[in-house]
Amino acid sequence: MKTITEIVVPQLAESLVSATIDKWLKQPGDWVDMYEPVCEILTDKVNAELPSTVAGRLVQILTPSGETVPVGTPVCLIETEASESDAGAQSNAQAVSAQPAASSANTADANDEAPMRNRYSPAVQQLAAEHGVRLGDVEGTGLGGRITRKDILAYVASGAHKRSASNGAPAAAVDPRAQVRSSGIHLSETPRIPKIEIESSLPGRGETFIDVTPIRNTIARNMRQSVSEIPHAWTMIEVDVTNLVVLRNKLKDEFMKREGINLTYLAFLLKAVVNAIKDYPIMNSTWAVDKIIVKRDINISLAVGTEDSVLTPVIKNADHKNVAGLAKEIDELARKTREGKLTLSDMQGGTFTVNNTGSFGSILSYPIINYPQAAILTFESIVKRPVVINDMIAVRSMANLCLSLDHRILDGVICGRFLQRVKDNLESFTLDSKLY
Amino acid sequence: MPVMDYIDAIRLAMKEEMERDEDVFVLGEDVGVKGGVFTTTKGLHEQFGEYRAMDTPLAESAIAGVAIGAAMYGMKPIAEMQYSDFMFPATNQIISEAAKIRYRSNNDWTCPIVIRAPIGGGIFGGLYHSQCPESVFFGTPGLKIVAPYRPYDAKGLLKAAVRDADPVIYFENKKCYKLINGEVPEDDYIVPIGKANVLREGDDITVIGYSMPLRFVEQAAEELQQEGISAHILDLRTLQPLDKEAILEAVRKTGKVLIIHEDNKTGGVGAEVSAIIAEELLYELDAPIMRLCGPDVPAMPINPPGEKFFLLNKDKVKEAMRQLALY
Repeated sequence: MKTITEIVVPQLAESLVSATIDKWLKQPGDWVDMYEPVCEILTDKVNAELPSTVAGRLVQILTPSGETVPVGTPVCLIETEASESDAGAQSNAQAVSAQPAASSANTADANDEAPMRNRYSPAVQQLAAEHGVRLGDVEGTGLGGRITRKDILAYVASGAHKRSASNGAPAAAVDPRAQVRSSGIHLSETPRIPKIEIESSLPGRGETFIDVTPIRNTIARNMRQSVSEIPHAWTMIEVDVTNLVVLRNKLKDEFMKREGINLTYLAFLLKAVVNAIKDYPIMNSTWAVDKIIVKRDINISLAVGTEDSVLTPVIKNADHKNVAGLAKEIDELARKTREGKLTLSDMQGGTFTVNNTGSFGSILSYPIINYPQAAILTFESIVKRPVVINDMIAVRSMANLCLSLDHRILDGVICGRFLQRVKDNLESFTLDSKLY
Repeated sequence: MPVMDYIDAIRLAMKEEMERDEDVFVLGEDVGVKGGVFTTTKGLHEQFGEYRAMDTPLAESAIAGVAIGAAMYGMKPIAEMQYSDFMFPATNQIISEAAKIRYRSNNDWTCPIVIRAPIGGGIFGGLYHSQCPESVFFGTPGLKIVAPYRPYDAKGLLKAAVRDADPVIYFENKKCYKLINGEVPEDDYIVPIGKANVLREGDDITVIGYSMPLRFVEQAAEELQQEGISAHILDLRTLQPLDKEAILEAVRKTGKVLIIHEDNKTGGVGAEVSAIIAEELLYELDAPIMRLCGPDVPAMPINPPGEKFFLLNKDKVKEAMRQLALY
């Protein structure tokens, strides 16, 4: 089997990039031994003979005498009788060089499965938000079906997004293969059964009387004032807390060991709420007839229930605390409340109230605003439910958030946005989120 | 406008600056009578005499030290390190003295030196003639560092370096000397230090680099154009201070960026460039920031297959650019 080998201009010296063919020592048809000079070459630095790298017959001169060519240029062709093993190596080399093309073809085929279809780059998310593009509608041309920045730009330029925009907000990017929690949800404590001190019943009557305690009286007065003065409105949103559940399960034992307190979902919720209030400060305000007073400090009133009352001790400057700090505050306030050790300063200065109604199993509640604040939010039970994600049914841990609002200050749109932000904050906890 | 080689542009810049200002002189090993081992200073000895094209002993620390002393007395020395590989004995003079004189003396003294050093491999030079030491000097405040790719910039940046009031390291790529040619004006012009340059406009991917590898980038971009991939190429030209604005603008254009240099990857200039992008442009990135650099191997191998493996070439660059475009 005959093969043709190229003889190329070698790099003869440092910084040398070209050489001039001076004189051909062999002519087409001549036999050339290995290392036998075929021509003389001239360079800026040295003059040299160019040896053949193979033994064979010179078949063609590609560069005539006197011509200057760059290093690496073939100057002549030599025909050799290749042995079997050489031929094998040659075809191997061809196979190897063909491989990149083949593998890129494979990548193109893999688009059918589109493993990157739901991985969105920051640029894509930003552009999609800017133009109100629903990413589900866009064709991805990138690696593994990924939607590229250019795909969005092309989609916007085509005007297609305006036709499909009627469906509203961009679909949330949910990875259908995200880890779904397998174990059940457990409430942090079993709901308490109220124990009520009863005055000795009068014989022969079907009723008993309970004395109104001062705290009961205060609750009653505040509730009446709130519902009679504040025009309440109510709204609710549903949150997928699957990732949060996974995160908490990962961290809670370590947290208990390290801090000696329970890491509750409530701490994460407070963080999410506080961050949302920062973005929508109007939630942190009070109606003052001729003006609205917006409070700069975010002090969260936490509704803590006991057997016979509910109190709302305050976490001051909640926006200065991280999740771990909030968990400690919650633990301390709950303990003080149960032990009856709350001081006046623990109760003052609240600007927004959160009630963990899920702790007694509620899935929906209509809270009364903690007068004179502007809104109150409840965190309902986390329950596992079938959820449709990308037209597939998944088992996800879901929770409702309910919000009562003072309709003199707040309207549906702003509260919707606020709740959406709380939802986004809660859903963006991942296994990598930090407590400190 | 005459077309000339990279090395001729460097020589022309020195000749013009020496004619313009008699305080300018060159010193280094074999820069006088021989005219430099690469012929970079050829003809300067004949034109300006032995006191302005000065042969020195084989002692890089002394070359840098003498240049620093002369500069503090008002001269404008151009010190040549024959290969950047030989520069390390002089690093103490450069980093601890030259870079800090203005600061240390509360502005009483300045050190307007230029240190020229050839970088890069691909010339079968092995471990002592192929290194890229940019990263050694890159993090030193007080030093300016330039690394031209085009002959136009080679001349303009060297003239700017000579006229700069502070120390400038001028990394010229020895592989570029005869390989890269281009139009160079014969008149007096400078290329400002600290300004990057767009070599090619494109909108699919952005490639940022400096010095020799930009040739592979340009060749690959030309070929990828046939495949419908359009590349935006930014030549940093100055490594210290980096042209942050130009970097951000170039990345904004496409959202996909590949950073290329011959110096090894870890702790290289590309690491700083990618950090700047990550700090400023997270929300405009459409792909992970990519780097294509020399491997983290102690030295350039002397054997040809090893050298070929170590060095970047058009095919490696093209493949990386294609991968980024397809992402």
